[in-house]
Amino acid sequence: MTRSAALWLVLGGIGYAILPWYLVEGLSPLSAKWWASYPFGNAGSGLFLGWSGDRWWLGPTFLPLLVGAALLVRGGRRPEDGRWLTWIGAAGLVWMVIAGFAIDHRNWTIDLFAEWFGPEKQAGMGYGAFATALAFLMVLAHGLAARGFCRSDAFVVSAIALVLGLVLLFVFFPIAQILVSAVEDNNGHFAPGIFFVKFFDRSVWGLDCVYSNLRCGVAWNTLFLAVVVGVGTTVLGLAFALIALRTRFQAKGVLRALTILPIITPPFVIGLALILLFGRSGAVTGLLFEWFDVPRTRWIYGFTGVFIAQMLAFTPIAFLVLIGVVQGISPSLEEASQTLRASRWTTFRTVSLPLMRPGLANAFLLGFVESMADFGNPLVLGGNYEVLSTKIFFAVVGAAHDQSRAAVLSIVLLTFTLGAFYAQYRWLGNRSYTTVTGKGDSGLPVPMPKRMAWLCYGTAIPWAMFTAVIYVVILVGGFVKTMGRDYTPTLQHYITGFGIEQTSRGLYFAGSAWDSLWTTIKVAAVAAPLTAIVGLLTAYLLARQRFVGKRSFEFITMLSFAIPGTVVGVSYILAFNVPPIEITGTGLILVICFIFRNMPVGVRAGIATMSQIDRSLDEASLTLGARSFTTVRRVILPLLRPAVVASLVYAFVRAMTAVSAIIFLVSAQYNMATAYIVGRVEAGEFGLAIAYSSVLIVVMLLAILVIQLLVGERRLGRRTAAAPVLQAAGG
Amino acid sequence: MNRLVALTLAVIGSAIVSWVSVVPARAQGELVLYCAVQEEWCREMVTAFERQTGVKVAMTRKSSGEFYAQLKAEAANPRGDIWWGGTGDPHLQAAEEGLTIEYRSPVMAQLQDWATRQWEQSKQRSVGVYAGALGYGFNTDLMKKKGGAEPKCWADLLDARFKDEVQVADPNSSGTSYTMLATIVQLMGENPGFDYLKKLHRNVNQYTRSGAAPARAASLGETLIGITFQHDLVTFVVDKAPIKVIAPCEGTGYEVGSMSIIKGARNLDNAKKWYDWALTPAAQELGAKAKSFQVPSNKGAKTPPEAPDFSQIKFINYDFAKYGSSDERRRLLSKWDGEVKNLPK
Repeated sequence: MTRSAALWLVLGGIGYAILPWYLVEGLSPLSAKWWASYPFGNAGSGLFLGWSGDRWWLGPTFLPLLVGAALLVRGGRRPEDGRWLTWIGAAGLVWMVIAGFAIDHRNWTIDLFAEWFGPEKQAGMGYGAFATALAFLMVLAHGLAARGFCRSDAFVVSAIALVLGLVLLFVFFPIAQILVSAVEDNNGHFAPGIFFVKFFDRSVWGLDCVYSNLRCGVAWNTLFLAVVVGVGTTVLGLAFALIALRTRFQAKGVLRALTILPIITPPFVIGLALILLFGRSGAVTGLLFEWFDVPRTRWIYGFTGVFIAQMLAFTPIAFLVLIGVVQGISPSLEEASQTLRASRWTTFRTVSLPLMRPGLANAFLLGFVESMADFGNPLVLGGNYEVLSTKIFFAVVGAAHDQSRAAVLSIVLLTFTLGAFYAQYRWLGNRSYTTVTGKGDSGLPVPMPKRMAWLCYGTAIPWAMFTAVIYVVILVGGFVKTMGRDYTPTLQHYITGFGIEQTSRGLYFAGSAWDSLWTTIKVAAVAAPLTAIVGLLTAYLLARQRFVGKRSFEFITMLSFAIPGTVVGVSYILAFNVPPIEITGTGLILVICFIFRNMPVGVRAGIATMSQIDRSLDEASLTLGARSFTTVRRVILPLLRPAVVASLVYAFVRAMTAVSAIIFLVSAQYNMATAYIVGRVEAGEFGLAIAYSSVLIVVMLLAILVIQLLVGERRLGRRTAAAPVLQAAGG
Repeated sequence: MNRLVALTLAVIGSAIVSWVSVVPARAQGELVLYCAVQEEWCREMVTAFERQTGVKVAMTRKSSGEFYAQLKAEAANPRGDIWWGGTGDPHLQAAEEGLTIEYRSPVMAQLQDWATRQWEQSKQRSVGVYAGALGYGFNTDLMKKKGGAEPKCWADLLDARFKDEVQVADPNSSGTSYTMLATIVQLMGENPGFDYLKKLHRNVNQYTRSGAAPARAASLGETLIGITFQHDLVTFVVDKAPIKVIAPCEGTGYEVGSMSIIKGARNLDNAKKWYDWALTPAAQELGAKAKSFQVPSNKGAKTPPEAPDFSQIKFINYDFAKYGSSDERRRLLSKWDGEVKNLPK
């Protein structure tokens, strides 16, 4: 047995024998009451509770651990260890799952068992159960590795097991719970016929807008918007990335800052700013009316408005993905092309652009999916242009209260997203995009062809200026009485939200927004690194390892991203409100929700960047005797820095700005900033909403700076035009 | 190898630390309140109740429809104790599905008829705490520019002058707008009512998602006329927005903001304490302090002067039992979807 397998067995023992098995509600581990009847009682450990007969179903868990202990005592390495470890892990896990789901907080979940065994109940899993389950999973993985899975690489098998276990538990399980309601009527009876009626409804798939002046189905609206936004953000993102890396544009820093701003803007705010500028009584509309007699119209409400807002919001994501990819393209390939007498334009078209394919495909995919999942912008600006995300939200909370319709519409949405995912998979195909190799690359980045450069400037700079104007509006909005009506300067909004009073006992945070702000920062700070770890680990497995069922694995990791937030929110309550995992109303459910909703960006960015890194680098490292884990840490991770930054930033920012998923998950103790802002917007208090958003923007800017500082820049073996000699060392 | 172990342990450790740091504060208050009115009002109520009873309140604010969805999802293991405020339909729906429990408060005798009627219709599971009349408001600046007589009745909204100038929520997403749909149907009869809505459709520039959104849009001049509850408009009038509130001359419907005790409440006694207290005049007068101008349900509570004067408004005899039932609602909504929403303009 390897030492890590032994350690996991020991952890399992600790979890079972010492740690409190259940989650004790309402008590903190620091309070004396908690420990009063230990090791029995509420905070008792699995071993004592199980064998005292109090919770007898915990008893059998001891058996596999006992076998493990025997193996430990015997020591040494033998060929049959693998089989034993596999058996221990599998048996322990299977029993824990059965025992966990068979009994909830009220009674047996199967009535027959209640008759046989008499009434029993249990609370949700706590530290002990968590540690034991994790240990069993890891022991199982080590067992499989010892039996030759994944070239006997314990790290890889453990990583697969961990990610798979987490994704099954926190993505697949809750979503399956709610999708079942698609084939149920409103009383919860099985009725598959209703599914087809709702699925093929004219309001979903109708094509009336093609041949009459009626409106088209909501599915086509959403699809059209998402494709246009996906293409638009990719093109703009590419333009920004090229300007930032391949031109000598002076104000690159400003440009980069401007492209980052929208990503850190809370929802609703861009929409509000657009209304204040271009609405019927907006500032720009007013000027146009007075100067040029352009009639005041409501053009901003509808497709155009949502499109502009989404372009503003999602271009930065495309930019973040593409900048890593553009940076990774090997200049020597481009130089080779030019040596072969290709013009700069031909080089760009036939060498650079095709090498960007993974980046372009992933950027498009993200733009497409983000647009489909976006909730805030269509809500504020949608007008009569309906999209699936808002329709799903109101199917759940609206006057009709039709959860099964929400589930059906989610399936439509899911179909589109997974379709796009499949299309990009086909488009990328089995070509190689490797450009970061072990050989030092001495090429100089080729400046862009003139035409291309001007095109980039032409699209990106007006857009950047537009963004700047929007942010001036947002900044000003927090300091005037009522934006759009009364421009008297005031600090009132900030005082209401963030007032601090000097009292005799020190500072008192009197503002009504402090609570939610602290919670939000805390949750985001916990969620971001975990999201990045899970995301990049998954990316590594998908891009670098071969194993059975890889495609399905990839599919499942994309699921939670593709499901609309409202559905995720409701499904999390359905799944995690009762034992074995009872975490509603805690901060943990928010953290978990964020991890699995935002992880796909880490996965995408990681895959895009990793597909550029030559496998021979991994192989060289392995040949030199390093293990997979060391290779990941010393070779791949440093080359992945842009992806690390992207996924950390994204995870942090999204945790601070998500709306639809968390509306159902916030509680009195854990209220989030966005839920607070939505309440303000509903009440028509734009001033306070905008002021709070400005504060959030500042917080996120600081966080991004810290992340950049911590992760650092990737150093590739590339020469820059300015300092051609200095960076001669190989990548 | 050592590093592998060290790092894995570090990751697990950080996961556990985050679990620890996130979970323990889960001690719930002594009363978990689901509050479905404006935040200020919720806070006023909570502070006053805490001061008076010493019961610590953990309050969450969401819209009424959101709470209904949450109650339904949490039914297996309820988290909340009492659901206070918000339009009556979701409360009735929850009562119909047995998500809330019966309770008779000793204060019942002091309540207005409409509040007791809500209680009887919900089989004692929900009681009225405030009422708000439906109406519309227009932007006075824009109206002056437009010229012509000010609208006074529902019928006036069909005027061709107001083409693309009226805003109302989509009844599928908003309880406010469903109240209007039901009001028109009761006022004019089903078929003439739908004819009215079809004609109105030509003047509607947008069916918003949120019920109060038309009030905000009218205050900013984004639309000339917004149909919504009058108290939502009054909030903007108090804020000195150029808005005039109209109670339609033909008569109008109203909502009954309600309160229900959640089935499986863990702090049932405190929930009842809140229930009784929230029906007293002193508690009901707190709304006006938080700029919410609904009419309180206790006869003894003073109606805020800014609130629409109910004695001057002609009310229809709104049949909450019929139009609050889920079958009738689904039928009307799908009829509206089919016959009105997709009409060409």
